[in-house]
Amino acid sequence: MSAQNPAETFRIEAGELLDTTEQALLDLTHRLDSRALIDTVFRGMHTLKGSGAMFGFDALAAFTHHCESAFDKVRKGQVPATAELVAVTLSAMDHMRVLVDRPDADCADEGAAILERLQAALGADAVDQRGPSAEQQIAIPASSDGDDPVSDEPWRVHFRLPVESMANGTNPLLLLDELRDLGATRVVAITNRIPALDVLDPVQCHIAWDVELPATVTREAIEDVFIFVIDDMELVIERGGKAVLSDTDEAKPLVAVEPDPAVPAHAMQSSIQAASDRSAKSAGESVRVPADRLDVLMDRVGELVIVQSRLAQLACGGVSSAADQLALRSISEEVERLANELRDTMMVLRMVPIAALFGRFRRLVHDLARETGKSINLVTDGESTEIDKTVSERLADPIVHLIRNACDHGLEPEDERLASGKTAAGQIQLSARQTGGEVLITIADDGRGISRERVRAKAEANALIQPGQTLSDSELLQLIFEPGFSTAPQVTNLSGRGVGMDVVKRTIEGLRGQIEVSSEPGKGSIITLRIPLTLAIIDGLLVRVGGGNYVIPLSAVEECLELSLEEDIRSRGRSMIQLREGLVPFLRLRELFDTGTRPDAFQKIVVIAAGGERIGLVVDQIIGSHQTVIKSMSSLHRSIPSFSGATILGDGGVALILDVIQLVALGQSREERLRAAG
Amino acid sequence: MTSILTVDDSASMRMAIRIALDGAGHNVVEAADGVEGLSKAREAKFDLIITDLNMPNMNGLEMIREIRRLPIQAGTPIIFLTTESDDAMKQEAKSAGATGWLVKPFVADHLIKVTRKVLGA
Repeated sequence: MSAQNPAETFRIEAGELLDTTEQALLDLTHRLDSRALIDTVFRGMHTLKGSGAMFGFDALAAFTHHCESAFDKVRKGQVPATAELVAVTLSAMDHMRVLVDRPDADCADEGAAILERLQAALGADAVDQRGPSAEQQIAIPASSDGDDPVSDEPWRVHFRLPVESMANGTNPLLLLDELRDLGATRVVAITNRIPALDVLDPVQCHIAWDVELPATVTREAIEDVFIFVIDDMELVIERGGKAVLSDTDEAKPLVAVEPDPAVPAHAMQSSIQAASDRSAKSAGESVRVPADRLDVLMDRVGELVIVQSRLAQLACGGVSSAADQLALRSISEEVERLANELRDTMMVLRMVPIAALFGRFRRLVHDLARETGKSINLVTDGESTEIDKTVSERLADPIVHLIRNACDHGLEPEDERLASGKTAAGQIQLSARQTGGEVLITIADDGRGISRERVRAKAEANALIQPGQTLSDSELLQLIFEPGFSTAPQVTNLSGRGVGMDVVKRTIEGLRGQIEVSSEPGKGSIITLRIPLTLAIIDGLLVRVGGGNYVIPLSAVEECLELSLEEDIRSRGRSMIQLREGLVPFLRLRELFDTGTRPDAFQKIVVIAAGGERIGLVVDQIIGSHQTVIKSMSSLHRSIPSFSGATILGDGGVALILDVIQLVALGQSREERLRAAG
Repeated sequence: MTSILTVDDSASMRMAIRIALDGAGHNVVEAADGVEGLSKAREAKFDLIITDLNMPNMNGLEMIREIRRLPIQAGTPIIFLTTESDDAMKQEAKSAGATGWLVKPFVADHLIKVTRKVLGA
């Protein structure tokens, strides 16, 4: 995006303003008398209106004007803030969002309907009834009576500035220069009011001037010179005759600098419009970066440039001596360190606090509470946890769905809650925290919990399981993520809308994340999302199996062990190794991938963990840690389990990235089969 | 080169002002509210200050009153650029020490003309 496009900047800014204003409105519902909140709401609308009009968002400016004047009244204490007013204003905010995104949207009727409700909320006659753009047309004042007959008599201008005008930034010399620019002038200074030297304050202005100007000059041009001081000063503009003093309190028409009526504000807009149309889509995709993080990045780049020049110097001289080789190695190490640091710094640049994401859900819960007639409290925790911007955006829809589910199915109606000894208001807790390379997001409710009987009945009805099939509790709960599953006896307009839990699961897995559910009947449910911090680069452990290289995500690796030949033979039957406190099943990747090679004499076992389960992977060789830039698989290969992607190695070769979750599941199921077989 | 401080809580508005005045050969310094505007005004002498009225933390009026007490900004013209057009407000601004008053939305040429007028350049 262009850094020089104010209209686009306005779109971003408007989005942020709408967000903060909305938050303030939501806070306001709890503290209707908070002056600070009312001021924040007013100021948000004020800026939206002003900047909107500036950059051609006329419909937005006109609409916002009404909401602004409504809150101006609240601010001035003329009308009280009420829950109804806040609710209407929230829908007005939605309308403003539409007007920001699509300034040409044909939605005047919706707007008018909202304004009608706004009026009702204020009491019938509180919103002013002027036309929508009345504020924009504010008095382009006639500069004077304007009917001076054309005359050939010269002008005589007498003016005296307020004494403090120089301190306030007005420079009388500039005014005189400007008058001179109008034509041949004669200037006489009137110095009779200058005080004696000992009491003279040099920053005060005590001089008055009489100026004679040619007859061809217009009165408007003369008044234009005094545009900023005209209503405070003595000013007499006359044709011919002798200039006389006038009274300061003589009512003079006010002349403010208004946009030149001949050049409407739209002049700027036409050129801006084309650009903003092109890039309208990208407006939401910019990231705001704190300056100190950019400074760090700049430092790293600076270091990189220095290392590069060292390398160039070395390359010119040729690497001949042992000392040169040492120097080369040191440069290589330096580059490696810098690449690591650049990667980390770069990743941090993409990180945004999760607060922005959580903020959206306050509004959702507010609306859901109104729709369902339940009283719901949203509690959030860990809002400063940072997450990749893209990840944060893609998480919004799944979490919306999970919260809808919790509000609709999870939380009981008030009477049912009271009957079971709970508080009348249901609680949804949304929390985030970072653990290692991933972010944990939990959505917990204190509702009725998931009914196992109903899940089973539903799954049997949909032929997801055999009637009477034995399932562990967690397996049973996992069924809610199966396509087409819904436990609500009837689909309401909340939970029936849009996606199912299977789509939520797919989206989370698309982010290389995991979703887990736990639920205690009568107490509530907890959905946990584990999301990796970033999508593009991971630390990996590079291993060799047969003739191929593979990468195991380092975050999943617990430890590496040696598998001696004897042990290998001994364990052939059960594929289990004793690992301190327990037995861990393992998979021979050589067999799994059918490499057809003989095992190395000293194989290694890499123990990986996922979802609380551990398995070992038998590999031929551990090569070392590897910065892995993840490339996705082609559509042909995407359906192959066991691999989540591929990466390119330093020598140009390709290594497949192992899908830890799939492998752990595979190892566990194999182990269970073996155990079942005896 | 003349140096101009523009104080506005709207980034798009600051950008529009900067583009207009950059083009006219002025050096434009930005501040996002009255507090930041005041601290910039303490640090360096400006030839002109253009400020919004309604801003968070410290509004334009309070900022002007403070700036008028700074010896370093003695005689610096300060112009309000605001959507407000209320006469009483204008009068209050004048008595706080404002040099002039411009109403948003503005046209770049007009802003440049007014700037030239106040700076005498």
